[in-house]
Amino acid sequence: MDQTLVSMDNITKDFPGVRALDGCRFELRKGEVHALVGENGAGKSTLMKVLTGVYRKDAGRIVYDGNEVDIPDTRTAQKLGISIIHQELNLAKDLTAAQNIFLGREPRRGLMLDERKLNEQAARLFERLGIELDPRVKIAELTVANQQMVEIAKALSFDAKVLIMDEPTAALSEAEIGSLFRIIGQLKAEGVGIVYISHRMDELKKITDRITVMRDGAYIDTVATAETPIERIIAMMVGRELYHASGPAQTGKNGEIVLEVRHLNRGKQLKDVGFTLRKGEIVGFAGLVGAGRTEVARAIFGADPIDSGDIYVHGRKVRIRNPYDAVREGIGYLSEDRKQFGCLVDMDVKTNIALPSMRSFVGGLGWMNDRRIGDVSAQIVERLCVKTPGTGQLVKFLSGGNQQKVIIGKWLVRDCDIFIFDEPTRGIDVGAKGEIYELLDELAAQGKAILMISSELPEVLRLSHRIIVMCEGAITGELRREEATQENIMQYATRRIG
Amino acid sequence: MKTAAAGRARGTPLKSGALQQILAFASLIVLVLFFSAASSNFFQFDNIVGILLSTAVTGVLALGSTFVIVTGGIDLSVGTVMTLSSVMTGVFIVGMGLPVPIGIAGGILTGAVCGLLSGLSIAKMNIPPFIATLAMMMIAKGLALVISGTKPIYFTSVKGFSDIALSSVIPGLNIPNAVLIFFAAALLGGLLLTKTIVGRYNFALGSNEEATRLSGVNVDFWKVVIYTITGIFTGIAGIIMASRLNSAQPALGAGYELEAIAAVVIGGTSLSGGKGTILGTVIGALIMSVLTNGLRIMSVPQEWQTVVVGIVIMLAVYTDMMRRRKK
Ligand SMILES: Nc1ncnc2c1ncn2[C@@H]1O[C@H](COP(=O)(O)OP(=O)(O)OP(=O)(O)O)[C@@H](O)[C@H]1O
Ligand SMILES: [Mg+2]
Repeated sequence: MDQTLVSMDNITKDFPGVRALDGCRFELRKGEVHALVGENGAGKSTLMKVLTGVYRKDAGRIVYDGNEVDIPDTRTAQKLGISIIHQELNLAKDLTAAQNIFLGREPRRGLMLDERKLNEQAARLFERLGIELDPRVKIAELTVANQQMVEIAKALSFDAKVLIMDEPTAALSEAEIGSLFRIIGQLKAEGVGIVYISHRMDELKKITDRITVMRDGAYIDTVATAETPIERIIAMMVGRELYHASGPAQTGKNGEIVLEVRHLNRGKQLKDVGFTLRKGEIVGFAGLVGAGRTEVARAIFGADPIDSGDIYVHGRKVRIRNPYDAVREGIGYLSEDRKQFGCLVDMDVKTNIALPSMRSFVGGLGWMNDRRIGDVSAQIVERLCVKTPGTGQLVKFLSGGNQQKVIIGKWLVRDCDIFIFDEPTRGIDVGAKGEIYELLDELAAQGKAILMISSELPEVLRLSHRIIVMCEGAITGELRREEATQENIMQYATRRIG
Repeated sequence: MKTAAAGRARGTPLKSGALQQILAFASLIVLVLFFSAASSNFFQFDNIVGILLSTAVTGVLALGSTFVIVTGGIDLSVGTVMTLSSVMTGVFIVGMGLPVPIGIAGGILTGAVCGLLSGLSIAKMNIPPFIATLAMMMIAKGLALVISGTKPIYFTSVKGFSDIALSSVIPGLNIPNAVLIFFAAALLGGLLLTKTIVGRYNFALGSNEEATRLSGVNVDFWKVVIYTITGIFTGIAGIIMASRLNSAQPALGAGYELEAIAAVVIGGTSLSGGKGTILGTVIGALIMSVLTNGLRIMSVPQEWQTVVVGIVIMLAVYTDMMRRRKK
């Protein structure tokens, strides 16, 4: 019997000003994990949105289970058994995990909702996935990683024959990725076809059977994972060989202290956190998801109130009550959750880039200097290689990785002394990742102080001059760059205090 | 760094909201053509001026409301705050015998203070805009009645007070000042919303308040500023109202806020915030008064006029929703 589950042929999709897909091809077999890779804006998400009825194709053919099908909307896709976990989470924040999973399909008893059965079903699903979560907890109270887990549970609850995962691991810690891979293995054995989109090359070797490479909306090639070295795949993605930069220059060792944090406390999330950050230094914060790294960042930035603690900037004690105070002290913060906290998706690229520095664009008579906003943002777009038809494009029409670049760009324009980067390369492709690394090195070399949070250990090791490890809200270890290894970081990351 | 980013550009997409505005404008033209054909009395200079004059008050209120609505907020107090402003003008000029310009400034200031207080309770006390301005609506209504002793204050003894709205500063042109003030206010509002930092923050707030806060914008401060701006426009509307009636009527004004909001929505500004234009609001306000006027000329009873306006609001919002969904 033919093992082909889905085949997409000659798919074309135009958006105003952009051809997102240009005669693209894709084929998925039963029980295989098929990776879809390509640079930011290559069209991966768009291709999968065409398959799941989010967008209608302009041209091309989709054959599903031997029959040509038309997928005009998401309902049709779900009925066919095609499920997707989108790159950006789509959960109702005020509903519980269980309510989200069965939204629109709630079990009922007569006219009443059967809340009990709902929670039981969700709990069973979580059990199958090995997720330790209370189905009754509200989404708003969950970490990004746990929200992601709920999305996965939701997608699986449709009895999917095809499961598409758009960068599922971007927000997950090592342990959570482990359990995700276990689930993928299980689904594969059940004959589910899985499409796996990721920028993490190391994952491809671990779980995928075949890899399809896309570039600029076009199909490049499909190869068997086992027979293809990663370098070749990367070369196909970017259309050239990548230049590998070495580690950071040894700056910052003896720079003056720019930021000092003492005895920071906040509920159970932060326990007596204290550290220093020097001029020209990149300090990496490592730890498991939920260790409290984002909470440290948000507390320093004034995004959340603290119970106690002192913050010194340039040796001077400062009072930071809100982000406005923080930015005035020269601190910039890149949030880990770009859709919610990072950007204004309904506004254009240039407004997003100018937002933190809006005051500096006020010209004579109080008029906004739009010409300069346009120029400055165009420079950023070029410097960071943001793929967009222009600075007037709405951010929601950019691909995920390009949105991230826009947010990084806005803090570059603001020209802070202290940068807090929370997962700066989330959703960014391999080539651009290297560019972001170089950018961070460059900022440090210019004398900026950088606090960087990342769940990817190789990234922490590559970038940091010093590594601070957290576990359950407390700092459990500090390592110089020379002495740090993945092993000793993980040790500290799991060492509980008290 | 890497190869050129902004490659495959093929013209920029239609500015969001532009279509809704074109639609609104087209409906306005259609309405005018329809009523002109239906009745020869409609397209007469005097009648057109009458329409514009009756647009002035709700129009200026709608201009102010556009600001808060673009932030994703709402101001339910503009109707009664307008009344309070005209009552205060009466108190200053008639009651205390102050010069007219000072009375006018006092009236506008009254509106500004009410807006400021609404803004403070929304930004600092975290009261939802709907509730905060509902409270302000009642406070202003009550105060207007208390201060005036529930009786109208007449400006008949003040020479030239009714000229403020009704005569024309441009000699030979029979367009009353109220209309000119409306257009000047629209110009000012348009500049504020598109060319100044308040306007930028206005849209940013409406688009994603938390992301705006995390960009280091002093969100609380700007919210207060924006509600104060709405209050200033409301005060101006109060003066026009007082001058047109040559009196401050403490019982009039409630209900105007809904007409203002309707005009804003017909003009394509989204109640969920982040989108909207002043031009749209002007067109929206004109559509409302052309409808009322035209229906009256065609001798449609007042009750039915209200029904028709309701249906128009529904259609306007519906087309906006459809357009959004297609995207
Ligand atoms: N709704 C839209 N309107 C306009 N342009 C769009 C829209 N959606 C996607 N695009 C454009 O289509 C191209 C492909 O985007 P897509 O999201 O598929 O990229 P991707 O491969 O998933 O990238 P990433 O790895 O960054 O997520 C990009 O240039 C993007 O800006
Ligand atoms: Mg994508």
